[in-house]
This record gives sequence, C-alpha cells and structure tokens, in this order.
Amino acid sequence: MIIPAVQITSDQQIFWQHGFVKLNETIVTTWGMMIAMTLGSMLITRKLATERTISRWQSALEMVVTGIEGQIKEVGLDDPEKYLAFLGTLFLFIGTCSVCIVFPGFKPPTGSLSTTAALALCVFIAVPLFGIREQGFAGYLKTYIKPTVIMLPFNIISELSRTLALAIRLFGNMMSGVMIVGILLSITPFIFPIVMTLLGLLTGSVQAYIFSILAAVYIAAATRGIKPKPAAQAKPETSPA
Amino acid sequence: MDSATLVAVVSIATAGITTGFGCMGPALGEGRSVASAMTSLAQQPDAAPTITRTLFVGLAMIESTAIYTFVVSMILIFANPFWNHFLSQAGGK
Repeated sequence: MIIPAVQITSDQQIFWQHGFVKLNETIVTTWGMMIAMTLGSMLITRKLATERTISRWQSALEMVVTGIEGQIKEVGLDDPEKYLAFLGTLFLFIGTCSVCIVFPGFKPPTGSLSTTAALALCVFIAVPLFGIREQGFAGYLKTYIKPTVIMLPFNIISELSRTLALAIRLFGNMMSGVMIVGILLSITPFIFPIVMTLLGLLTGSVQAYIFSILAAVYIAAATRGIKPKPAAQAKPETSPA
Repeated sequence: MDSATLVAVVSIATAGITTGFGCMGPALGEGRSVASAMTSLAQQPDAAPTITRTLFVGLAMIESTAIYTFVVSMILIFANPFWNHFLSQAGGK
C-alpha cells in the first residue's frame, strides 16, 4: 500500500504567483476567515439594543465578550478592557479557524507554521508594549532582573523560547489533526475519520484557549512585575454587582 | 551503502523512535496530573470548574512536548532537507 505524498502544510498549495509574491491557500483562508468574521460582527452589531428583548445573535456575542473578559480578570489583569481587543482577537481567530474544519475541504490556516509564527510574534511584541505602557520603560526593564540579576540571561532566553513554544504548539496540534484525518481517509475512509475530526475540534478549541490564556499570563507578568500563578485559585463566588 | 541510502534509513528509523520515546514521558506526566485532579475533585467537588479548567490548561502544556517530537518526526519524513538535497541531485543527473 502506497501512502500518497501528504502536504504537511497548506503553504504549498499556490493559487497565483507573480515573481516572488505567492498567493497560497494559507493566505486565502486567513483573509476569508477575517472577512467572514468582520462582516458577521458588523451585521450583528449594527443596531445594538439595551432593552429587555435583545436579538439572539447580540446576546450570543455578549456572552462571548463577557466570557473572555471574565477569563482575563481571572488571570490577574485587573483592567480587562485594555487587553480585551488583543486577547479576544487571538482567541476568536484561532477558535473559529479550529471550528471551521467541519466544512469539507477547509484546511485551517493555523496548520501552517507561517500563521502560528505570526501570531506568536504578535504576542512577543505585545508583551513589552503593554508592559512599557503600564510600568514605564525603566519599570519594565526592571522585570528582567526581578528575582536576582543573575536571572537576566535566563529571562531573555525564556522570552524567546516561550514565543517559539507558542508557535510550535499551535502549529503541531492543528497540523497533526489535519494530517491524521488525511492519512485515515486513505486507510479506513468510513467512520474513523469523523471520530478523528471530532478530536481535532476538541484539541483545536482547547489550543485556542491555551494560546490566549498564555498570552494573558505573559502580559500579566510583564505589567505586574511578578510572575502570577497560571492556575486561578478557587475564589468564593461573589454575587454579580 | 551510499550516503543517500544511509540518510533515508537513519531518517526513517529516527522518525519512528522519536515519536515512540516522545510519547512516553508526556503520557506519564498527564496520567499523574489527571490522578491528582481526581483526588482534589473528590476532596472539593464545589471547586470543580476551576480544577477542570486548570487541568485542561496543564494537560495542553504537557502535551506540547509530545507535539514537538511529532513535528520533528513529520519533518524527518515529509520535509527532510537532506533527503530533498539528494532528490534534487538525482533529479539533476
């Protein structure tokens, strides 16, 4: 039995090329997702209502936004409004890309190392930006020598390595899901690929959550100066104000 | 055995061993974390949402080392630069 040459990423499917500018499947799917999500949100938020009866779509969006805000607050960032745009975009983009693998023929753009590296670079740039905005330049640089001065090279290395880990983790999870389904389709095309697609849905959603929570934890560490624990302690439930 | 065959043999063998060994450690770690999550759920059932969420976050972090080994295996099989070098040499001949 010959296993056909499997494309490892969707970077290799090129639709149009001019010189060195390539329009490959990753770019097409990324822009398609962006346009779909932006258009959908614009349609839903055209007439925001505050009376008792709100449309279903608006309350769904409100659930999503308040959910993300609650998660950001639990990580330790006291003013979630400032970070909601960045972290919410990360979660929604990666989550929607993962969920859309139910559509046949859709290859998630996060299954390409270019996309995940770009997202990880965004986090890499955003963490110092938020840190400097909160604590000032000198205050942010002081976080690098936080426990002792000897930790300076280790802190710098950990900055780089955790960015790399973010990219590779997301890429590996999404790419393995796509590849498993692709290989299974040539071996047992009946029920098993559907089961693996379900597993891919689960891991994709968990990875979206992980990516944004890790970004929130890094930002919290940079804006506060001490490393908070990523596990939220069990706080007693307070009644909503 | 010429160098092209040697590269192919070593790549294929290493790819298999990488995934084989690379899944043992994370599996043990995840088993221990789930076991301690079960214990704490039994001790404090009303903290279940927090414990479950923390468990999933921790599992994903542990999983990422297994994913690293998987990515290395995939690169060795499908995007192997040494093998591509030999392929381009053979194609050029």
